[in-house]
Amino acid sequence: MAQIGSKARVGLSGAAGAALLANVRPPDWRNPEPTGTYDLAILGAGPAGLLAARGAATLGRKVALIERDLLGGNCLNVGCVPSKALIRTSRLYARMGDPQELGVSRPEGIRIDVAAGMQRIHRLQARLSRADSAERLREHGVDVYFGSARFAGATRLTVAGAMLRFKKALIATGARPMTPAISGLIEAGYWTNEDVFNLAAVPQRLLVIGGGPLGCELAQAFCRLGSHVIIAQDDPMFLAGEERDAAQILSDSLARDGLEIHLNTQVVAVRRQGEQKVVDLVSDDNKMSVVVDEILAGIGREPNVDNLDLEAAHVEYDVTTGIRVNDFLQTTNPRIYAAGDVCLVHKFTHMADATARIVLHNALLRGRRRLSALTVPWCTYTDPEIAHVGLYVRDAREQGIAVKTFTVLMHDVDRAVTDGDEEGFLKIHVKEGSDEILGATIVARHAGEMINELSLAITAGIGLAELGRVIHAYPTQADAIKMAADAYYRTRLKSAVR
Amino acid sequence: MNLSTESDEALLERFQCAAFEYFLKYCNAANGLIADNSRAGAPSSIAVVGFALSCYPVAVERRWMARAAAVARTLATLRFFWSSEQSEAGDATGYKGFYYHFLDMHSGRRVWQSELSLIDSTLLLAGVLTASVYFDADTGEEAEIRELAEALYRRIDWQWALGGAATVRQGWKPDSGFFHYGWEGYSEATILYILGLASSTHPLDPASYCAWTATYQWENIYDCEFLYAGPLFIHQFSHAWIDFAGIQDEFMREKGSDYFQNSCRATYVQREFAQRNPHDFIGYAANCWGISANDGPGFKTMTLDHRERRFFGYTARGVPYGPDDGTIAPCAALASLPFAPQLVLPLLRALCEHYPRITQSARLPGGFNPTLPGDGPQGWVSEGYFGLDQGLIVLMIENHRSGLIWQLMRRCPHIVTGLRRSGFTGGWLA
Repeated sequence: MAQIGSKARVGLSGAAGAALLANVRPPDWRNPEPTGTYDLAILGAGPAGLLAARGAATLGRKVALIERDLLGGNCLNVGCVPSKALIRTSRLYARMGDPQELGVSRPEGIRIDVAAGMQRIHRLQARLSRADSAERLREHGVDVYFGSARFAGATRLTVAGAMLRFKKALIATGARPMTPAISGLIEAGYWTNEDVFNLAAVPQRLLVIGGGPLGCELAQAFCRLGSHVIIAQDDPMFLAGEERDAAQILSDSLARDGLEIHLNTQVVAVRRQGEQKVVDLVSDDNKMSVVVDEILAGIGREPNVDNLDLEAAHVEYDVTTGIRVNDFLQTTNPRIYAAGDVCLVHKFTHMADATARIVLHNALLRGRRRLSALTVPWCTYTDPEIAHVGLYVRDAREQGIAVKTFTVLMHDVDRAVTDGDEEGFLKIHVKEGSDEILGATIVARHAGEMINELSLAITAGIGLAELGRVIHAYPTQADAIKMAADAYYRTRLKSAVR
Repeated sequence: MNLSTESDEALLERFQCAAFEYFLKYCNAANGLIADNSRAGAPSSIAVVGFALSCYPVAVERRWMARAAAVARTLATLRFFWSSEQSEAGDATGYKGFYYHFLDMHSGRRVWQSELSLIDSTLLLAGVLTASVYFDADTGEEAEIRELAEALYRRIDWQWALGGAATVRQGWKPDSGFFHYGWEGYSEATILYILGLASSTHPLDPASYCAWTATYQWENIYDCEFLYAGPLFIHQFSHAWIDFAGIQDEFMREKGSDYFQNSCRATYVQREFAQRNPHDFIGYAANCWGISANDGPGFKTMTLDHRERRFFGYTARGVPYGPDDGTIAPCAALASLPFAPQLVLPLLRALCEHYPRITQSARLPGGFNPTLPGDGPQGWVSEGYFGLDQGLIVLMIENHRSGLIWQLMRRCPHIVTGLRRSGFTGGWLA
């Protein structure tokens, strides 16, 4: 039940827009008449809600899926899907602008066509939305309701004037962009990720507030699409919490793209000056102002816990951290579960998926699956991408675990060299004295593809030595993992001959 | 210079002496302040003053300077730092016993809106303590050096430097307070923690050292295992004063290594990186390396030989993750001498042979970049000289030749106490 519909629908026009809306919010949709008690009532039809609804229906359970705005949630409508499509387009422009390293002359007459890029995004959204269209869900046995749900008790809720009774419920209402507390920002107007996928043109000058994943991804994409982008981040590095060297490489990469970078900088005030926006920045005792056409806030997301009458269902929550859940994803009302962004620190689509699976097992199959058992990878889709799974070194050391890191530079990986993708590294952290993989960080153009092998290894308890016995197709960039395993093997050999 | 006939010792003497002369030339004898670099109008860097104070004993032992002259210089310096203004005023010299990074050469007041620098104050203090140990004669002047050194040390409020956090902050400014970030990962801050922990007045809690070392990363890079830090200077600064060979803190006990050995390995990684030369920079070779924090050609992008090249100004370059723009720091390479003389001496001779422009005076510049065309094979060359570079060369060559500074600091009770409180055991501490 993310509050994205009104914004995401603005500008959705043409055949692609109509096709998308027909799938995610059919204009002529009529909610079913509720009968009996639902085995599972799901609030929110984002990735978690959709997975749980289909799963419950497959199990033959009576399931209600309630969505306030658009099926697909953030991911499909204003998140991963449109942003990755935009990033793909921007990467192509960047590559065309600097093709010499690949032995290619720069093409003549490159013209950035933002509108065409946006149309492509809407076509892709329409296509991907077919799989979980309202009609297909209904055919699958899911009762789809559009409207705002509110709890009316521990086992009841209302939606669009109807009362639904349930045995179990799942709150999967997602999260929405946070509003920075900056004087004058709201009055001057600003964008979030919900506003940037229906543009006819990119702004000439854009300020991005926030150097987290979302801010960095969109800042780089807009820069490559022709905007002069200024990015302000209050921390001294991008991607707070990420590996220092990864953040440094990203910073270099953004600078090379031409972004104007202000780290360790706070945005303190905004004021409108005609069509322009004047923004005051402070870094320690240095003050300066920048003039931009638009401002994009990307400082993070907050859970959608409001207007649900959670108190009526005895579900405890916090407006910052979301629904309170235990390790089995039960809320303080044990009949009601939560999954996805509304209750998680790691607000990723794949975590919405993973936690919805836990809820299905625990709520409907008497399972005892735990959130803490998950191995969670993630990726920031900048260029290069930055992906991580498992523990960071500092986490391990705080737990008293001695760590050794095997590092492979992408400039030593043959396929990365031939691809011109030499920037970055692979770090695999193992427990000292063993080959147990504790975590890994990859900085590479396709780091998001490479991290999954290491997620598998950690999840399945496969050690680095065992990975070294896996034949990796040559040449591939994932060969870096084999090279790290080989380095580990050489340390064992050295120990053996001592 | 005729390299074929010059012995290693003579070569080192030549370069060490030339480096020391920087401190004679770019000094305000009235207050002991030393210029950050040789360019006109450069302010004083308090860290460079710390190196200078440590170099005077070397100069006395090497007979480049009379003891009386060294005492006079040292005393002028310590008197200035003791009597200069310590307050929250924006143009004071220091606060809480620490000092601003850059000071006016004549008035000694803060310039460039610089930060109250904890690490640079530490390097200054290291020089102060070196002087206090070396000048041990029973004379009024040398006794005053010892008294002032102790007073300066006791005045520092290390606890305040935490700014309420678990680890020491990187700096403070009168208008905005503490920088909201500390030290993460291995860095030159080892000596800062050691001296902070040893304080008898406002000591750091040993937990702060643990909190900092928890951010260390032990990495296997190019088949070499070491405590990673990218810029070469990080592996040198604390070592200019402290002999870490054979002594271990908890982290190094866990790894079966020590910080001296670690710097040896870091030196090998530097050379290995230069040999691999992934960015195809001109000049990088087995006998030409040294990626560190140093001067550079300036921030600009150029297309050279059909390839886009980005250059930087004064910045912390690092191996192997970068940034790297082809700029070589010859001073940092030479300062690795105690760790890997078998690598550094051939490098020094190679520099003399291939880049006479930067070696002919025996005083090495802050950087050169053969990839960026200049008027010779050395390409771009940093204008003038930097005091940090020259001071590090003097101390590290001396530590290689005689171990003088290391021996002196073994006798410094604050260093010994700080090492013990940091958890160091074994070796010469036993």
